[in-house]
Amino acid sequence: MPVETVFEASIPHVSILDEHGNFDSNLGEGLIPNEDVVAMYKHMMTCRHFDEIAFKLQRSGRMGTYPENRGQEVPPLAAGYVLQKNDWMVTCYRENAGLFWRGLPMEKILLHWMGDERGNHISEVRCTPLAIAIGSQMLHATGLGWSEKYKKTGNIACTFFGDGATSEGDFHEAANFAANLDLPVVFVCQNNGWAISTPTSVECSAPTIAQRGLAYGMDCIQVDGNDLFAMVKVMQDAVQQARENSRPTFIEALTYRLGDHTTADDARRYRDADELEMWQKRDPMIRLRNFLEQRDLWSQEKEEEQLADAEKTVAAVVKNAEEIDAPSATDFFDSMYTDLPAQLQLQRQTMRTSSLGQDPTQVDVSVHEEVQNNG
Amino acid sequence: MANLTLVQAINLALIQEMEKDDRVLLLGEDIGLNGGVFRATEGLFQRFGGDRVVDSPLAESGIVGTAIGLAMGGLRPIPEIQFEGFMGPAFDQLTNQAARFNSRTRGGITCPLTLRVPVGGGIHAPELHSDSPEAIYTHTPGLKIVMPSSPYDAKGLLISAIRDPNPVVFFEPKRIYRAFREEVPEDEYLVPIGKARVVSEGDSLTMVSWGATIIQCMNAIEASGQSIELIDLRTISPFDMETIAESVKKTGRCVIVHEAPKTCGLGAEIATGIMEHCFLNLEAPVQRVCGFDTIMPYYKLELDYLPDAERIGKAIVETLAY
Repeated sequence: MPVETVFEASIPHVSILDEHGNFDSNLGEGLIPNEDVVAMYKHMMTCRHFDEIAFKLQRSGRMGTYPENRGQEVPPLAAGYVLQKNDWMVTCYRENAGLFWRGLPMEKILLHWMGDERGNHISEVRCTPLAIAIGSQMLHATGLGWSEKYKKTGNIACTFFGDGATSEGDFHEAANFAANLDLPVVFVCQNNGWAISTPTSVECSAPTIAQRGLAYGMDCIQVDGNDLFAMVKVMQDAVQQARENSRPTFIEALTYRLGDHTTADDARRYRDADELEMWQKRDPMIRLRNFLEQRDLWSQEKEEEQLADAEKTVAAVVKNAEEIDAPSATDFFDSMYTDLPAQLQLQRQTMRTSSLGQDPTQVDVSVHEEVQNNG
Repeated sequence: MANLTLVQAINLALIQEMEKDDRVLLLGEDIGLNGGVFRATEGLFQRFGGDRVVDSPLAESGIVGTAIGLAMGGLRPIPEIQFEGFMGPAFDQLTNQAARFNSRTRGGITCPLTLRVPVGGGIHAPELHSDSPEAIYTHTPGLKIVMPSSPYDAKGLLISAIRDPNPVVFFEPKRIYRAFREEVPEDEYLVPIGKARVVSEGDSLTMVSWGATIIQCMNAIEASGQSIELIDLRTISPFDMETIAESVKKTGRCVIVHEAPKTCGLGAEIATGIMEHCFLNLEAPVQRVCGFDTIMPYYKLELDYLPDAERIGKAIVETLAY
C-alpha cells in the first residue's frame, strides 16, 4: 500500500500597497472609492492623535493604564469599513480605529481606561466591551455569529485578537465550533510580533499563524496588515464567505505595535531598536499618505487642516470624559443583577457601617453611625 | 398532572419552554440523538430538530463561551455540562465572563443563559463525577445558583431560570434524578428563584439543606421523632436568609447539612447569616453536617463521605441537648 498524501494546503499572502509604494492595480484599482480612502486616512489621523493624547493623559496622571494602538490602525479600520451596521465587532483592546469608525463615541474608550464601567455601555454600536482577559472574546463572537444564523438575519460576527491569544484554548474552541457548526464568523488575528515581551515564535512555531485555521477546516489567509487595500480586500472576501455561505475565515494580519504593550510596559527591555526602526518605515500611514499625494488626493495643507480638526475633536472628547458626573458609590451594586437581591440590598444599605449585611433591627446601624460621626 | 421523576420533570420543563419560546435552544455534549447521558434531553432532538438541540464539540469552555454569545445575541441558550467535575475548563467563561457582563457594561449587555449541570455523589460514578462545587460559584457575584430537590420544584425552578435575565447555574442532583416520583402539573407554574421551601414545619430545631441531602434530612428527622423545621434552600445564590432567620427566631437552634466540603462551604455563610440576623435568639451553636475537606473518594467510600441520616441524627441530638 503506497503512502498517499491525504491533505495539502497553502497559505496565500495578500499585499496591494506595499511599504515602498508599489500598488497592485489589478487587485487594488477601484477596490475602495477615492473619497473613502481619504476619509479613512483622515480617520487614522484622528485615531493616531487620540492615541497620543491618551498616552499623555496616562503620563500626567489623568488616566490609568492605556494600551497604545499606534501602528495597528489598519486591520480594525478595514473591518469597521467592510462590516455592516448590524454585524458584530468583538474586539480585544487595540481596535480603536474600527470601533470609532462604527460610531463608538471616543470618550467611551477613555472612560474605560479611566476606570469607569460606563465606558463599556456600548452595545448600541453592536460591539462588545474591550476584552482584557486575552482570548476570552472569541467564543462570544462565535456565539453571536451563531445567534445571527439561528435568527436568519444575515448578520455576521467579526472578532479581533492578537498572536498570543492563538495559544489560548478558547481560540481553538471558538474556531472549532465556528467551523464545525458552519457559523458566520470572521477571525482576525493581529499578529504584531509580540505578546507583551514574548515573541510570536514562542506562541507558534509554524511558519504562519494563519495555518492554525487549516486544522479546523476553514479558509485561511495572511495579509499585510499595514496595507489598507489588502486588508479591505481580504475582509470583503471573508465577510462575503460568512454572510453568503455561513463559513468562517481566519485572517492573519501582519502588523506591529509601534508603542509599548501598555503605558505600564517598556518595550526597550525586550525589543531591538533595529526592529522598531524597520517597522516605523512600514507605518501604514506613511504609505497611505504617499499614495494619496501621488494621486493629488492629499496635500500638506490638507494634512495640517486635518491635524487641527483631530486636535479639536480629541480635545472635546477628553473634556467630555473628564467632566462626566462621578458615578454613584453604589453603582457597583445596582448592576450586579437585573434586579437587586435582598442580601445585596442590605449590603448596599450597610456598606459604610461596621456591621455589613447585618439585620439593622439586630444591630442599630443608625446609632453606630452617630457614634462614628461624633467620635 | 403526571407522576414524574426529577429528570422527567426537567425534560418536561425544557419541552414546554422550547414550545413557548423560539429563542430557547440547547447545546451540549451528547444531548441530541443520545438524549443526554442522563436522558434529560430525551426526545428533544427528534421533536425540535438539530438547530435547537445542538450536539456540540467536546469542549466545556466552548459550550459556555458560545452560549454567552448566543445570549448576548438575544437568545435563551441552555448549555449543558455533562458532570459538575467537568466545569473546570468552563470556569473562566462562567465566572469571569458570563457573571460579569451585566455589571461591566452597566446593564448594556445581559447574559440570560441557564447552565444545566448534574451534581453530587451517591451514584457509584467514576472520578470527578460526584462533586458538590456550588459554593465556588456562590462566591462568584453575578451568577444565580439553583438546586432543586424534588420533581415539582425542578420543573418550576428550571422555567424560572430560563426566563431569568441573569446567568443561572442549574445544578441537578443526580442521586435523585430517578429516586422517587411526584405529581407534577402539566400546566405552567413557576417556582421563584431566591425563595426557600419549608419542607416540614417544626418548633424545636431548624434544619437547612438542599439538593439530594434533603432526603437524608427527612429520614433523620423521622427517626428522631422531634419537631424539626426542614428548609430546602432551592436557590443557593442568592439564598433566602429571610426564611432561615424567621425559622431560627422560632426554634433557636439550627443544623445545616450539605454534601460539599465543610470549609468555606455554604454552611459557613448561613451560620454567619444567622449570627447577623438572629444571634440573640440562639439557644445552641449552629451545627454543620457536611462533606469533609478532602477529595470526594471513589465510590467504594462515597457513602462514608456523604452526610447520612445517622450523622444528621447525632447533630440533632447534640443541638437539642445543648
